[in-house]
Amino acid sequence: MSSNFNKITIEKCSSGIHGLDEITGGGLPKGRPTLICGSAGCGKTLFAMQFLVEGVENDEPGVFVSFEETQEELEKNFASLGIDLKTLEKQEKFAVEYIFFDRTQIEETGEFDLEGLFIRLAYAVEQIGAKRIVLDTVEAIFSGLPNEFILRSELRRLFNWLKSKGLTAVITGEKGEKSLTRYGLEEYVADCVILLDNSVVDKISTRNLRIIKYRGSSHGHNEYPFLIDEDGISVLPVTSLQLEHEAPSQYIKTGIERLDTMLEGKGFYKGSSVLVTGAAGTGKSSIAAQFAENTCKNGEKCLIFAFEESPKQIIRNMQSIGIDIQTWVDKGLLKFHATRPTLYGLETHLVNMHKVVNRFQPDVVIFDPISNLITVGSKEEVKSMLTRLIDYLKNKQITILSTSLTMMGHIETDTGVSSLMDTWIDLKSIETNGERNRTIDIVKPRGMYHSNQVREFKLTNKGIKLIDVYIGQDGMLTGSARVSRIFEEKAEKLECEQDVERKQRELEQKRQKMEAQITELKAQFESEKLKLDKNIAQRKLKEKALEYERAVMAKPLHFNGDK
Amino acid sequence: MNDDSGSDNIHETGDNSEIWNLTLYVAGQTPKSIEAFENLKELCETHLKDRYIIEVIDLVQNPELAKNDQILAIPTLVRKLPEPIKKIIGTLANEEKVLVGLDIKQS
Repeated sequence: MSSNFNKITIEKCSSGIHGLDEITGGGLPKGRPTLICGSAGCGKTLFAMQFLVEGVENDEPGVFVSFEETQEELEKNFASLGIDLKTLEKQEKFAVEYIFFDRTQIEETGEFDLEGLFIRLAYAVEQIGAKRIVLDTVEAIFSGLPNEFILRSELRRLFNWLKSKGLTAVITGEKGEKSLTRYGLEEYVADCVILLDNSVVDKISTRNLRIIKYRGSSHGHNEYPFLIDEDGISVLPVTSLQLEHEAPSQYIKTGIERLDTMLEGKGFYKGSSVLVTGAAGTGKSSIAAQFAENTCKNGEKCLIFAFEESPKQIIRNMQSIGIDIQTWVDKGLLKFHATRPTLYGLETHLVNMHKVVNRFQPDVVIFDPISNLITVGSKEEVKSMLTRLIDYLKNKQITILSTSLTMMGHIETDTGVSSLMDTWIDLKSIETNGERNRTIDIVKPRGMYHSNQVREFKLTNKGIKLIDVYIGQDGMLTGSARVSRIFEEKAEKLECEQDVERKQRELEQKRQKMEAQITELKAQFESEKLKLDKNIAQRKLKEKALEYERAVMAKPLHFNGDK
Repeated sequence: MNDDSGSDNIHETGDNSEIWNLTLYVAGQTPKSIEAFENLKELCETHLKDRYIIEVIDLVQNPELAKNDQILAIPTLVRKLPEPIKKIIGTLANEEKVLVGLDIKQS
């Protein structure tokens, strides 16, 4: 039984508000009244009108019951938003019922009811077969007619009547001081209540939408920022984003060959987020520009959100280091969206960026610098906004490169966004011996092997060049110190070589000397040996002669005949 | 200051030949409609004898007519002539209020 209960879901109909259907899981409750409350100028009437126009497009005709503006005024106001009410009226899919009170004309005596209003509404609905209806702002009856007691009971009857007719209704109500609406309409409209809010913090206004109640349906509970522009109301469905984005394994080149080498030789992951931090003048924008140029060279689209410099200024500055951006702007592959961060509130920025991204469909988005947004809100707000933005872009497989200004000596960024980023490149400028040199290193690259070495980089007139830094016993050296150290090293090496050569020569000489001595000794020996040999031979001859003599002497003398 | 008793305070307005054109909007034969009509009839007979026209419009039959006079409450009495237009809503239970509302009598 209970499982059957769960299956019963409320039928919904599209609200016509960009993004709202995602938050509500389909739109407003069909055949039921929805209360839109908010203070003056927060977009209630526009909300209601978009709801009706959406209905017309879905073959659900609608009646706009206006208690404030006349038909002519409405037509004029919405023409400026590109909604042509006259044409819709001619198609008999849309009607305005203007209800007007002049309190000065009206006296009350005795009982009355609002049957006249019911008859008028019923008639208007019948004429065009309306499925949708808007009451904007029904509370006007409280100021237009006497006897609140009767009005309240009639209002209750009205909402029941709307339900019984199966009309999907949007009722607007002015925000009260303590309650959602000035006359407590929320008491009667129990199905769905949406609050529009226009808060001003630090002189910057932000529009927010919140669903306070949605009977029989789950919905997002957050405050959702929304934007009113030429397309009407757009709500940013922030929580509908989940950490489910794909993890692509393709790469996108950085445009700086040696930097690619530092990143496994491949570059950034496609659809990943890259943070480039550094103090003022460390070359963050240049790296961003080089990346942008390279992206366009590969035929992909790049969108740059510039918060500091005008597009023209950026183009000129990058020209000076040999990065040609103008060409790609002309070809339509590169687009700038330059705004001052303080122009609007954080949320409005976010919604705006969404719209621009949606329209341009870029492959790469660059924020230069993302840290400037901090001026618009608190650190937490900025971080939450950036989280949403990054999630959104990642979902669309867009590669993000953001630059962020850091204070001298601090590696953590102002915005605390580094944890959101997949790759973090840190730029430093080191001042030694009266000159400033730039270094680059990769603090964090998620999911790839990377070089742990710091490189020096130079902004040449042919773009960015990376150079190995000198790392030796004296520490890391850059710039002229590195150059002079290299010279020193060369000199040392030369000296060393010469030394070796000299020593070898010395050794050779010694050997020669030794060999000469050996030869001399040999010669001496030989001559002495000769002498001695001669001596020995003589000695031997003498001995032989003596032996012979002795033998001769010992022989008996038989010659003499002694027998 | 005038006290509120006596007919001295009643100033009939307009010249006596002026025709009063009154429209009573009702929605069906409801008790309220009937009560309003009876109250009105009595009042006119008393104060505007022979120089009034009452038109009763039943919006249930002619809903399109509600728009012209911006009718919301039922019953509504509209004084079309003499100008300017005046409206009184309710069953017209309080004669005094109706007389003031229609400018038959100034308070």
